[in-house]
Amino acid sequence: MDVLELARWQFAITTVYHFLFVPITIGLSALVAGYHTAWLRTGNTQYLRLAKFLGKLFTINFALGLVTGIVQEFQFGMNWSDYSRFVGDIFGAPLAIEALLAFFLESTFLGLWIFGWGRLPRALHAACIWIVHIGTLLSAYFILAANSFMQNPVGYRFNPETQRAELVDFGAVLLNKVQLVTFPHVAFSSYMVGGAVAMGVMLWNLRKRTLEARAAADAVETGGATKVAPTADDLTMYRKASRVGAIVMLVASLGVVVTGDLQGKVMTEVQPMKMAAAEALYDTYEKDAPFSIFTVGTRDGKEEKFAVTVPNLLSFLATGDFHGKVEGVNDLEPELQKKFNEGKLTSADSYTPNMMWSYWSFRWMMGWGGICMAIGVWVLWITRKGRNPVNRWMGPAALVGALSPVFAMSIGWIFTEIGRQPWVVYGVMTTKQGVSPSVSAGEVLTSMIVYTLLYGALAVVEVKLFMDYMRKGAEPVADDGEDLPGGHSDGSKNDDELSFAY
Amino acid sequence: MELTTFWFIIIGVLWTGYFVLEGFDFGVGMLLPVLGKGKADSTTDAAAGQAGEVTDPVTDHIGENEKRRRVLLNTIGPVWDGNEVWLLTAGGATFAAFPNWYATLFSAAYLPLLIILVGLIVRNMGFEYRHKRDSVAWRKGWDTAIIVGSFIPAILWGVALTNMVRGLPINADMEFTGNLFTLLNPLSLLGGIVTMLVFMTHGCFFVALKTDGAVRHDARALATKTGLAAAVLAVVLLVWLGIEVGTVTSWVTSVLVALFFLAALAFNLRGKEGAAFAGTFVAIALFVLTYFVMLFPNVMPSTTNAAWSLTTENASSSHHTLVIMTWVALIFTPLVVLYQSWTYWVFRKRITTKHIPEAVDPSRPDPIKVH
Repeated sequence: MDVLELARWQFAITTVYHFLFVPITIGLSALVAGYHTAWLRTGNTQYLRLAKFLGKLFTINFALGLVTGIVQEFQFGMNWSDYSRFVGDIFGAPLAIEALLAFFLESTFLGLWIFGWGRLPRALHAACIWIVHIGTLLSAYFILAANSFMQNPVGYRFNPETQRAELVDFGAVLLNKVQLVTFPHVAFSSYMVGGAVAMGVMLWNLRKRTLEARAAADAVETGGATKVAPTADDLTMYRKASRVGAIVMLVASLGVVVTGDLQGKVMTEVQPMKMAAAEALYDTYEKDAPFSIFTVGTRDGKEEKFAVTVPNLLSFLATGDFHGKVEGVNDLEPELQKKFNEGKLTSADSYTPNMMWSYWSFRWMMGWGGICMAIGVWVLWITRKGRNPVNRWMGPAALVGALSPVFAMSIGWIFTEIGRQPWVVYGVMTTKQGVSPSVSAGEVLTSMIVYTLLYGALAVVEVKLFMDYMRKGAEPVADDGEDLPGGHSDGSKNDDELSFAY
Repeated sequence: MELTTFWFIIIGVLWTGYFVLEGFDFGVGMLLPVLGKGKADSTTDAAAGQAGEVTDPVTDHIGENEKRRRVLLNTIGPVWDGNEVWLLTAGGATFAAFPNWYATLFSAAYLPLLIILVGLIVRNMGFEYRHKRDSVAWRKGWDTAIIVGSFIPAILWGVALTNMVRGLPINADMEFTGNLFTLLNPLSLLGGIVTMLVFMTHGCFFVALKTDGAVRHDARALATKTGLAAAVLAVVLLVWLGIEVGTVTSWVTSVLVALFFLAALAFNLRGKEGAAFAGTFVAIALFVLTYFVMLFPNVMPSTTNAAWSLTTENASSSHHTLVIMTWVALIFTPLVVLYQSWTYWVFRKRITTKHIPEAVDPSRPDPIKVH
């Protein structure tokens, strides 16, 4: 493999991995903040237990999101130095602003929240986790603005003197029409992930604690009770928290569907080729394009053997009109060849992205999202009206429910980025032009192996730790709700133990 | 002043922020095995004294030695992450204001940067995960990660920046033409040793300021040793660099670096911990200033042909981008400094071994503390 291919693989590996943790961070921080505030307002210590429980899971996850994020920022200069030179005038600004506005907020206020129990006034302490959450959203906004520029470059001009793209309208970059549909889509998806992870964790605990309570009751009858059983209050807490997770996820999923639909229409407008690839649409439909749910074709995808389609649906998804025209690859490719093949930065052998990946990743994204929504509805159904069931599907549902929206987001991004190929900045610069000229294939290969091994090992550690803390569950807290010795969150304190310490 | 010059200064300020802050948490990480071992607090009996002599690795992770390590880690616990964001901001701001500088530097220092990233990753994971299980093997593993992950960037940032200042083989296309061994020259390696020793000393002063008892005492004693070594080597480094690329101003700032650093050591000997820490804080800031004075108006001098050097002009973004970034920086940097300072004030209390709670583990319930 050459430098280009290796650098692309490295970007794919490090970015997909990083982005497993990002939506969990955005989504869970909102839930932790919500529970923390609920405790503050009601004094109900169950909310505090849930805030602390989810807070622990949040920090286990946040750690990996943070460290893999550093690699992301350095990678542009390391592997993609020509890209950095060419678009740095535009692309660098959102990255710098992300660090200055978002990363400082997240890191500083997360430190305050984690170590702040009993050292800060209660309302201020709760505000810290909200600020962390706002930081995660700001971070998402700026990095997505940068990505949206790559999908649909706006607010710039090519300067022939400096031979690079230069900023003319920063407002246009921040309010790019792709950005305005992508940010809400990613934000809603992240809440979906947060809700789903909380739902999974709580549902698993609900089943486990219910079984423990029953076993303890049996043991009392036979006179063999030995350990403290979960109380009815515990079960109520997990049941309610499972439902809260499911509701957050389902409400967010509505936002995901609506914004996803809007994205499809913007995509058809700015990147018709991506839409054609997503549909494996070779020939243009002048009107009434059907949406294919499932296709069996020849291996190169050029011929269709069997397909399940919904009439007119693609026309609607792409254009908002059931009779709209949707262009196919066979018409788009020669158009793009003619338009771009002369330029040094824009010439490419083919302007058609990998069809199989584009087609299937688009469907897997929606499929995983749909599976998650179905599980959410099922969870609400089995726990309706105070029901507290135990059935063997709860374990698998917890696992699949928690992971499915994460998969959906990953594969959605794979679609977004593969579908843009061969471009790194759509219509302006091809990916092969962006790679670092002074870096050797051996160097990229070395770093790719190092990251892959390190990330793999850390994943094993993180998943094990996450599962162990999930099993531990939401711990009881002292009755006044502040399990700090002598600590009153009004700021008074004594010389005793820290309530949280490394 | 030209906006490009202003942004050169801003980049210098961001690196300064990074080194004066993360410098001490690198120091704490590097000295974990040294300061995290010794006599127990407030006990002077023979048994405790003997315990301090024990070097069996297992005892480093249980009992009083373990408590000392946790004291050290907790001095930086709430703040290290915010400190590190100065690096991310320096990187991002370089990208935004000087895309060519960012592109050339990061692709030239490819392998050292990879190692720095690995160091930062394992170190940060160590901070976050070490306390989450009560197991000797677990703690040992993460301690290694923290120690190694603190040494690597403390040394390699010195190597990288010294290379940047003295110049690298760069061609007419602003591309680095050397290899890893170009970067490993004696002067730059000396730069790495100096930053390592300076950060150790800075870390000792921070520990002395933030702890009490035996740890505090040991940190002050150790600071004199690392500080003297740092002082001698820093003088060699600055004279050597000064002869190669110095200016009148850089000689002045170099002398100031030495004066503030020696003043810090003197304050430490007299037990003035705050002044000692402030001394290394200012000395490190002046050290970065010296480097940037030596650079200007270049940002990456070319040793191949001086005309091919990257300068604040040919490496910079367009005027329009710099204007926007200036507004953003002028509004938000003071805000960041404000709330980050507030964090230090919130966590201003000294920590001792008696503040350290029982270790937690996912396999057993946390103790419910009722008061």
